[in-house]
Amino acid sequence: MKSHLTPLIAWLQAGPMMLVFALFFLLPLAFVVTVSFWDYNEYEMIPSFTTRGYADTFEGCLAELPGLCTILKTYLETVKLCFLVWLLTLLIGFTVAYFLAFHVHSKTWQIVLSLLCTIPFWTSNVIRMIAWIPLLGRNGLVNRGLLGLGAIDAPLEWLLFSEFAVVLALVHLFTFFMVVPIFNSMIRIDRRLVEAAYDAGATGWQTLCNVIIPLAKPGIVIGSIFVITIVMGDFITIGVMGGQQIASAGKMIEVRLNALQFPAAAANAVILLGVTFLIITALSRLVDIRKEL
Amino acid sequence: MQAAKLNRRALLKSGAGLAGLAAGSGAITGFPYIMAQEPKVLRYLGTAVNEGDDISKKCLADTGIKIEYITATTDDVTKRVVTQPNSFDVLDTEYFSLKKLVPSGNILPLNARKIKEFNNITPVFTKGELPNGKKIGNQGTAPWKVMYLEGEKSTKFATKPTDFVTLIPTVYNADTLGIRPDLIKRPITSWAELLNKEFKGKAAILNIPSIGIMDAAMVVEATGQHKYADKGNMTRAEIDLTMKIMTEAKKAGQFRAFWKDFNESVNLMASGETVIQSMWSPAVTKVRSMGVPCVFQPLKEGYRSWASGFCVSKAVNGKKLEWAYEFVNWFLSGWAGAYLNRQGYYSAVLSTAKANMAPYEWAYWMEGKPATQDIKGPDGGLLEKAGATRDGGSYDDRMGNVACWNAVMDENDYMVRKWNEFIAA
Repeated sequence: MKSHLTPLIAWLQAGPMMLVFALFFLLPLAFVVTVSFWDYNEYEMIPSFTTRGYADTFEGCLAELPGLCTILKTYLETVKLCFLVWLLTLLIGFTVAYFLAFHVHSKTWQIVLSLLCTIPFWTSNVIRMIAWIPLLGRNGLVNRGLLGLGAIDAPLEWLLFSEFAVVLALVHLFTFFMVVPIFNSMIRIDRRLVEAAYDAGATGWQTLCNVIIPLAKPGIVIGSIFVITIVMGDFITIGVMGGQQIASAGKMIEVRLNALQFPAAAANAVILLGVTFLIITALSRLVDIRKEL
Repeated sequence: MQAAKLNRRALLKSGAGLAGLAAGSGAITGFPYIMAQEPKVLRYLGTAVNEGDDISKKCLADTGIKIEYITATTDDVTKRVVTQPNSFDVLDTEYFSLKKLVPSGNILPLNARKIKEFNNITPVFTKGELPNGKKIGNQGTAPWKVMYLEGEKSTKFATKPTDFVTLIPTVYNADTLGIRPDLIKRPITSWAELLNKEFKGKAAILNIPSIGIMDAAMVVEATGQHKYADKGNMTRAEIDLTMKIMTEAKKAGQFRAFWKDFNESVNLMASGETVIQSMWSPAVTKVRSMGVPCVFQPLKEGYRSWASGFCVSKAVNGKKLEWAYEFVNWFLSGWAGAYLNRQGYYSAVLSTAKANMAPYEWAYWMEGKPATQDIKGPDGGLLEKAGATRDGGSYDDRMGNVACWNAVMDENDYMVRKWNEFIAA
């Protein structure tokens, strides 16, 4: 009797999530893929099969060799920003998580300090962006401070509306997404393993590399997936902090959408999804998350 | 979020207003009046330009029509009309987007015969000339090119005036560059200055491709590199040339940022990040009201102009349609026109607006004369001290020097792709 019911119960348990997933993710995704092969004019989509959306997107990619076409340049830029942000959030996030897990002993303080990490999310996106101008701008706090100290003669222009500003803002926002999963992995490391490593004569560095990092790997990978997927699709932060002069995959989609060229936008979205999926697949090759959890 | 808030506020206020109206109008007369009047509600889709709380309040008081604002950016308004024509009643949009909206068949023209002041609408719209007869620039999607339809259900623009008007004009203006005179310290007279190396890293343009490229075209023409047959309808070769010049400037670091939003443009200018940029008139006013010197600089090559007006969704009929006519007639009857004029825009029916403004206000805003007393904004705040004159001067001087109108090009699709290339360069 029991053996008959078990699969049913399992299906019932997974059912609601599956339904939501199918209705609000798989179905719309299927629409996006379908529309990406439609034609369009100035004001409507035309449901006839065409690869125009894709062909336009890859326009000039062969002709302009060895130069880069628009989409390759854009993705190169996006991947570069993504890599920088990933690296920095990982380093900072790992350090913060390490501190929280191994140096803060009271549970209360661990919670309080983790909550502090959410401060960047307390204000709206727009306010956060505008707030950078008085800080990093030509006449901003940083420039005035440096000028006052005599460290520079003219204001540093690259502080704002530059790749530096974009990376800074993204790291500031998304380090939290690294801290949480890594902290979660670290807190579950059996302290006796660390003691054993110490007893066996390992240096602090060796313990970190051979014990803690391997055991924190699932957290690192999950955090990386969060950060990479968000940054690959971001166009608001990149837009505002880059002064709208830095290309991003999301921005390309937005420009197309605003011109009512929905099929072309859908084609771009499918490409972005494909690229992100490749990166995530490569990452999960490194660690089998399901096995580690 | 913003729209939802506005609606709730409007609802509360107008609810109170309605109650007051009912009490005041003698509707409560002592005997049971069972059939309560149906509330007159119009959902008004548009950008924030015309959507003042003051306007909807005054409208409710005068006509009993409750306006529910749905606020979106220019691009989103167009998107909404094309994809959700049932989600609004009255549409407030710009003439240049008609090239996308009219073929979609989702909007209905209004009948000119039912618009009381139609014959008093400024000839800028109907004939492309000033009240004094001077012809004005017709490059781009000038209103008179897309003003009339061949029939009520037609999706073709008529070449001659008909009764079926795509948009009943409400507000328009002539745009130019905003500058910081205190930081530039010399006269600016030409669009060419936008790409002057002197302002490297301190210039900005508008990040709406169809408008940004026209500002770029004004610059290209001003520097003598090319003369366009129609800046609002470029050939592919012209798009390539324009974007090439802009790309070189971008690579050389000419631009500090591209802006898309009113507040962004105000912030860039007020903080001194930029000293010369494409701008809108009320944004310049805002910077000035923050105590920062800013001029909406008239330039010898002329202005890039825009205009907007009202039409209705194809889903509107019966009583709603009558209310829509009542609302549009109210809008043109003067109070709203005066309100817009005081913001630095221009109203479509000048005579009714004039009747609603003090002579000194009219002299300052429309005739370009020095203010004989302090000039106040529609909210009562001080805009200019007595003695000031308006940047660019009179209505005739500003509208008479329009070089081109905001546009959607035939090669729009190609232009959008090139714009993405420009951003990626």
